[in-house]
Amino acid sequence: MALDPIQLELLQQVAGLHEVPQGAYSLRINGALHGKNSSENITIEKKTDKPGIDIYIKAGTKKESVHIPVILSQAGISELVYNDFHIGEGADVTIVAGCGIHNGGSEKSEHSGIHAFYLAKGARVKYIEKHYGSGDGSGERVMNPTTEVYMDEDSYMEMETAQIKGVDSTDRVTKAELAAHATLVIHEKLMTHGKQFAKTTFEVSLNGKGSGTHVVSRAVAKDDSRQVFLSKIHGNNRCSGHTECDAILMDNAVISAIPEISASHVDAALIHEAAIGKIAGEQLMKLMTLGLTEQEAEEQIINGFLK
Amino acid sequence: MLEFQNVSFTADSADILRNVSFTVSERFVAVTGPNGSGKSTIAKLIAGIYTPTSGKILLDGVDITDLSITERARMGISFAFQQPVRFKGLTVKDLISLAAGKVDGKKISAADACAYLSEVGLCAREYIDREVNASLSGGELKRIEIAMTMARGSQLTVFDEPEAGIDLWSFNNLIDVFRKMYDKTKGSIIIISHQERILDIADKIIVVSGGEIAAMGEKNEILPELLKGSGGCRFTASRKEDC
Repeated sequence: MALDPIQLELLQQVAGLHEVPQGAYSLRINGALHGKNSSENITIEKKTDKPGIDIYIKAGTKKESVHIPVILSQAGISELVYNDFHIGEGADVTIVAGCGIHNGGSEKSEHSGIHAFYLAKGARVKYIEKHYGSGDGSGERVMNPTTEVYMDEDSYMEMETAQIKGVDSTDRVTKAELAAHATLVIHEKLMTHGKQFAKTTFEVSLNGKGSGTHVVSRAVAKDDSRQVFLSKIHGNNRCSGHTECDAILMDNAVISAIPEISASHVDAALIHEAAIGKIAGEQLMKLMTLGLTEQEAEEQIINGFLK
Repeated sequence: MLEFQNVSFTADSADILRNVSFTVSERFVAVTGPNGSGKSTIAKLIAGIYTPTSGKILLDGVDITDLSITERARMGISFAFQQPVRFKGLTVKDLISLAAGKVDGKKISAADACAYLSEVGLCAREYIDREVNASLSGGELKRIEIAMTMARGSQLTVFDEPEAGIDLWSFNNLIDVFRKMYDKTKGSIIIISHQERILDIADKIIVVSGGEIAAMGEKNEILPELLKGSGGCRFTASRKEDC
């Protein structure tokens, strides 16, 4: 069955795709698996005991990608999906997930995805996740993703998450456990407006010797929206951890940033930074001396900040 | 031509400028004077960051006293800040594109951006995609700020103490950049400065002291007198007995 224009727009927004992808993919639309395809090195299997899929990536697979977008274009659907990624030893892959909700109705649409990543020794993953909402119905667009990451020795994962528009309520939880010399880098970008609410929780346990993490969040809260950022790093061995939250506050919005670092090993080096503030007056002024209006200047500054 | 007519400026009940009048039609005008004399206030009044308490500012005969920063920028006034502003996420190319008037997300070509950066002595390839954030030094930021004013190509460009916050090596290069600008500019340049070597490029020098104009004239007339006294004392002596 071909996708309709709204579904294609959502696909473009969350996965940067203009059509059903080539190679390994799984496309879920309105609560059901729409299509999937395995490749020589990447096998996608539908779970039999609960909704969701298992993705198996063979050891040594290099420079391949998997797309697993989820689209909700009908109002009133609530779903909970379990996706498990098993990444073989020494593999190096890009995984693109994302969820787009178009709600033109009055009932709530909700997608909750529980993603678990199991990285074998020396595996490398770039994981990109975008959330997007559209539609002018009064029904809420809700996404509650949970990500669990289990990293074996010498593995590396880079996680980029973005939620820029249109999601009314989010409660995002990311948990990770790192073995020796594993590294996890997280970049989160978040913008809320209207009456939206977003809560993100990161909890990274640095268990192995020489493990490390950077958890970096950039957020903009406008209008009457609210955001809560919680970031916990546990240093349980010789390790390095850094968490940073940088937020721009506008209008009547409220942001709470709650970084927490705890160490149980004398050679754990942990740092947290958090800053919340309005756009600096001198930044607006500088762009106005280039001929921009105050509103244009504000847009440029925010676009750059979240780029 | 820029004209100040009896401009006064008061902040927190202190008189910063009193009845300042001058015109700028020359290619290169330097405004100098001791710290706290009101020089930078003049620069900010021209750009529209401050509004005069009384008096008028005219650009080519048009009263711009009550116009906003944006309106003045669009009429052809450029302003280089004393402390260039840093932006998280915006790159050198983004800012030069905005300066060149590309607000709608289009960017100037890499070749054009490179041309401006080369003019200020920066290797374009190294800088074009760098974020204008805390990783750049004061000297680098100053040059990027100048490249932005070049991209604007305005009829009037104001530099507020370009020598502030940079090392001597960068300063020597900056002088060369201003010499080049003197040759190329199609409008007027106003520089607020303490530096003799910058004053030496100027056609005209305005000396400000205690919020008033202490002297004004051609470089050949003013500079020797300035250098005789210490820090412009010869001119301030006419106003202050204790000098």
